[in-house]
Amino acid sequence: MNRLSVFLVTMLSSLTTMADWEVNMPRGVTPTANAAYDLHMLIFYITVVIGIVVFGVMFYSIFHHRKSKGAKPASFHESTTVEIIWTVIPFVILVGMAIPATKTLIMMEDTRNSEITLKVTGYQWMWKYDYVEDDVAFFSKLDSDSNEARQLGSKKDVNKVDNYLLNVDNEVVLPTDTKIRILLTASDVIHAWWVPELTGKKDAIPGYVNELWIDIKKPGVYRGQCTELCGKDHGFMPIVVRAVPKQEYTKWVSLNQKNRVADKSK
Amino acid sequence: MSANIDHLKEEHHQPSGLMRWITTTNHKDIGSLYLWFSLLMFFVGGLMALIIRAELFQPGLQFVVPGFFNQMTTMHALIMIFGAVMPAFVGLANWQLPMMIGAPDMALPRLNNWSFWILPFAFTMLLSTLFFESGGPAAGWTLYPPLSLQGGNSMPFVIFSLHLLGASSILGAINVIATILNMRAPGMTLMKMPIFVWTWLITAFLLIASMPVLAGAITMLLTDRFYGTSFFTAAGGGDPVLFQHIFWFFGHPEVYILILPAFGIVSTIIPAFSRKKLFGYDSMVYATASIALLSFIVWAHHMFTVGMPLAGEIFFMFTTMLIAVPTGVKVFNWVATMWKGSMTFETPMLFALAFIILFTIGGFSGLMLAITPADFQYHDTYFVVAHFHYVLVPGAVFAIIAAVYYWLPKWTGKMYNETLGKVHFWMTTIFVNITFFPMHFVGLAGMPRRIPDYAVQFTDFNMIASVGAFGFGLSQLLFVYILFLTLKQPVTAEDKSWEGAEGLEWTLPSPAPYHSFDTPPKVE
Repeated sequence: MNRLSVFLVTMLSSLTTMADWEVNMPRGVTPTANAAYDLHMLIFYITVVIGIVVFGVMFYSIFHHRKSKGAKPASFHESTTVEIIWTVIPFVILVGMAIPATKTLIMMEDTRNSEITLKVTGYQWMWKYDYVEDDVAFFSKLDSDSNEARQLGSKKDVNKVDNYLLNVDNEVVLPTDTKIRILLTASDVIHAWWVPELTGKKDAIPGYVNELWIDIKKPGVYRGQCTELCGKDHGFMPIVVRAVPKQEYTKWVSLNQKNRVADKSK
Repeated sequence: MSANIDHLKEEHHQPSGLMRWITTTNHKDIGSLYLWFSLLMFFVGGLMALIIRAELFQPGLQFVVPGFFNQMTTMHALIMIFGAVMPAFVGLANWQLPMMIGAPDMALPRLNNWSFWILPFAFTMLLSTLFFESGGPAAGWTLYPPLSLQGGNSMPFVIFSLHLLGASSILGAINVIATILNMRAPGMTLMKMPIFVWTWLITAFLLIASMPVLAGAITMLLTDRFYGTSFFTAAGGGDPVLFQHIFWFFGHPEVYILILPAFGIVSTIIPAFSRKKLFGYDSMVYATASIALLSFIVWAHHMFTVGMPLAGEIFFMFTTMLIAVPTGVKVFNWVATMWKGSMTFETPMLFALAFIILFTIGGFSGLMLAITPADFQYHDTYFVVAHFHYVLVPGAVFAIIAAVYYWLPKWTGKMYNETLGKVHFWMTTIFVNITFFPMHFVGLAGMPRRIPDYAVQFTDFNMIASVGAFGFGLSQLLFVYILFLTLKQPVTAEDKSWEGAEGLEWTLPSPAPYHSFDTPPKVE
């Protein structure tokens, strides 16, 4: 009994202290992520309206047309007219959804006129980033704090780890207000690169080069994860993107190019 | 379900005991075998789900290592799809089709025996891989290469057991088609068949068309692994994405194999308890057929993120959205059937009503997933997990449970306890929503699927989902208890157990005789 109450108290306290009841997709910081968000909300509201109408009629029927209220069954059981109506109306609604969806899709897939290119390669279980124009390259994997805490039987409290499972040793640094083309591939199995606030995911596939584009409008740190099952540590290869203003990015590039050169000279 | 034993001993010379069940060619015996087997697998797969939910109760790893977690998600899916839901529908088909079309038995009884008895061997082999040193399959039930090619010794065993399951399904489907097309009572034209018979006829064609495709895909995996081919290995000039195309060309019709018979069940139960004929019978048949046809041209919506050409993405988005039309027609017809009916709410009706509401919610999230640009966000997150569990658990599984309650008095001659049935319904429905609804939220907030551990901001809803899962699991023990209580009773059920029930099966005595119709009834 005592143990149970301790358990319940810790459970409740953890609920109140964390109190992170995020129920919706985050708003993005790029035109593509925002377009996905808007489309998501549009379709969601349409389905809510349809749901209210259909379930409304259904529940009206459930409450009023029940035998215990003395309802006598009617005998109608077909009508071509209504069948046509409820075939055509949903079709029209779908066309209404398809038009904005198609426009957004075309916008998302247009990777032309990008200013810089970032090549992302998935490995079991880390990412490699190549800044194609700027000659910077590095691997990025789960930070050591998270890695220690995630082990089975670890004594480390995951709630005290900074950004548990969403932190890396080497962050990707990208400039804001720049059309960035991201090329995706993998060296072993299929991975998927996803930072929800930047844009939707795309698979990194061995033998393929996939394309994405982003244009980050707000400086900040954005976190994501691998989203295609890639083996035992699939859950442990996060992505961290730090978006900085252009000048700062240029500085970062020159610093890292120097470091690279210094590394080579050793 | 095994009530006919005494009755049959008088009339038939058959082995008794275990040999009776091994050698049986009777559609009711085989139907019972399928249903009991499915129930067993439902609990085996459920246990795996509970291991998953226990690990996900809080962040950090508490119980299992990631590799074993992946084996659990993979096996849970394979067991539930091929072991629980599909055999349950075949069991229902075996019991009901001959009675519904006025036939004595299935058309191909020996084939029928064989298609069942393949299953226990296939699943023994599949489950035995969990005890291998290298463990069971861990690449997800979709077996995507190159990851699946990295698997341990389990791989050939999994592939062989999937071949066996495919063979079993194809044999079962052939039997269903042969029975329906050849053994209907005089006067029962195709457009007079009960709707459950129609949905199963269409399902059987889907099985025959899609199962060999799966067989082809997994055979290529096998040769890639053991015979030096490179169908799916980029290094050898192969294409890993090709597998996904082939797999989902099977996989999407498979999804409808899991739901069309459920539509048939709901279309039988709603009119019975509304005391009113099914609204729009013809359009229900056409809608089912359209869904089946569409299922062959939508497969790539499972893989929007592989980087298809824009035209491909648009095509698969449009065709997928189109499925909402016939599915909508079905839902509207069910509501119109209830409209101005005279409804009562016995357990089968409650499950059927919950099916309509919760399946429709799963349909709505399906429509959202069809929108390619939004799917780039949803894909491979818990939003997808929530979606397919909504259509498969309160969808397919609820329909199966509803069917068991509905036909149990016909099968056994014994009526279940209505109060307990209702308690079972409410517990199941409440817990199913506690389990799966929060998954929409964590999915949208960015939690990927198939991960054994998660960032702390997902904790709260995961805790709720885990509590719901254990509640759901326990509620199903009540189902077993209800079945046990029912079977213990003496035979008392009336021939027509439900006031509004229609169909030839209700003209037979309860329990139904061993050979359903010795002389075909006349259908006007």
